[in-house]
Amino acid sequence: MGMDFGKVTRRRFLLRAMLPAIAAGAAAGSPRLSGALAAVRSVSVLASTGPGPIPVTLNVNGTAHALRIEPRVTLLDALRERLALTGTKKGCDQGTCGACTVLVDGRRVNACLTLAVMAQGKAVTTIEGLANGEQLHPVQAAFLAHDGFQCGYCTPGQILSAVALIAEKRPTDEASVREWMSGNICRCGAYPNIVAAVRDAAGARS
Amino acid sequence: MNAFRYAQAHDVASAMATVAADPGARYVAGGTNVIDLMKEYVEQPSLLVDITHLPLRAIDASARGVRVGALAAMSDVADHAAVARDFPAVAQALLLSASPQLRNMATIGGNVMQRTRCAYFRDVSQACNKRAPGSGCAAIAGVNRQHAVVGGSEHCICTHPSDLAVALLAVDAVVHVRGRAGERTIPFERFHVLPGATPQRETVLEHGDLITAVELPPSAHARSSYYLKVRDRASYEFALVSVAAALDVTGGTVRAARVALGGVAPKPWRSHDAEAALTGRPATAATFAAAAQAATRGMRGYGQNDFKIALTQRAVARALAHAGGAA
Repeated sequence: MGMDFGKVTRRRFLLRAMLPAIAAGAAAGSPRLSGALAAVRSVSVLASTGPGPIPVTLNVNGTAHALRIEPRVTLLDALRERLALTGTKKGCDQGTCGACTVLVDGRRVNACLTLAVMAQGKAVTTIEGLANGEQLHPVQAAFLAHDGFQCGYCTPGQILSAVALIAEKRPTDEASVREWMSGNICRCGAYPNIVAAVRDAAGARS
Repeated sequence: MNAFRYAQAHDVASAMATVAADPGARYVAGGTNVIDLMKEYVEQPSLLVDITHLPLRAIDASARGVRVGALAAMSDVADHAAVARDFPAVAQALLLSASPQLRNMATIGGNVMQRTRCAYFRDVSQACNKRAPGSGCAAIAGVNRQHAVVGGSEHCICTHPSDLAVALLAVDAVVHVRGRAGERTIPFERFHVLPGATPQRETVLEHGDLITAVELPPSAHARSSYYLKVRDRASYEFALVSVAAALDVTGGTVRAARVALGGVAPKPWRSHDAEAALTGRPATAATFAAAAQAATRGMRGYGQNDFKIALTQRAVARALAHAGGAA
């Protein structure tokens, strides 16, 4: 299933690169000659795939999705444009704003700088995967309770980042929450309410 | 982003052979720098070799220090107890870098290989000798507030963006590299090179060389090291000036000192002048002030970045006071 990356092919350049060493070994009557030849066999150029569409399987919110996409497609674009999971937002598209924050194997990352092909075999969690049916995730509920947004565009990223902050057991005083949420920019400036929501969800004492 | 081929490596030798064989090939691990630069068409590789499946992620602490696998994430190194205890400047520099998301993605090997944040380098419509050799340097007579005050040349006055690299310099880190000729080690001070007439060349690595680990040797000065970062915002911003100070103070006297600077030069900048002004002297404010003065010897501004010289002096004095236990 998917790509067969384990396979390697041999190319002539390697033999050329190794030949002087082999020749030197042979001239000296080295008993290691067979070892050098074995090295040539083991060091090979990797098979590559693309640049056209290739099979990529993504596990998103517990569901496996088989796609055919180019290696250059980011996880963010795959989520939004191929899987119609538009909860994950595209803000700066250069790792600066955090609107695209998702969890990969439980760790928060910027989906805009992640290649979809490199997210294979990992569990991706987006904002669509947080609630349990109609029951909101505690961080989602806290954002509602504290009015932790204005326009809402940064909110999915803020919430995923906050979920990770709590899982990482970071300190929950106000200054620490601001620092550990600094990868998520809010152009509306809803920070006071965002910080309150995160602290509430983390069980911080005020 | 240009279209490219993709290959996944499962052993170091094949990864290295693949990149070495193809001038258009690049390694990708965290991707936080190369993918970003590809979106700007600054980097246009024809082949990306994914090295994230190589067994280079371990962080091993022993009596001989800490050996950090090249693929260890910045966040994991920052959170490692032995790093925080024996190389505090390294942990501090990591935690003052980027964002939690980026630190989860970016690797130690990639961090020291990251390219400059110079706006002219990142904009393909502008002259930049690093990106397009021979095209000129738009920064020298342009917007150069962020640029170098030491170590630059008439061809390039960019600054190196890594916080980690500055701290690694102050704790005498050693880079382990796998190349065509096998394994070799490079002391961190000799890893990066100055731009001179070839700003496109940033390290001593050859195409295809792969960093496998960064070794942190234990020392008294590394144990009492401190990283100070001065920037335009309180968080999530590159340094205007940063200082990694490492001091071994015994009986009130400085036995060993390292002073490394960030944000002021095209490579992580070690000030041997400042270190000479410290070694063998009493660990006092007067000594630190003299060392801070020495650290800026030979610096020159290009107009908008003149302020960095005074800022460097103050930052060095403050970092030394912290490292020396006086602050």
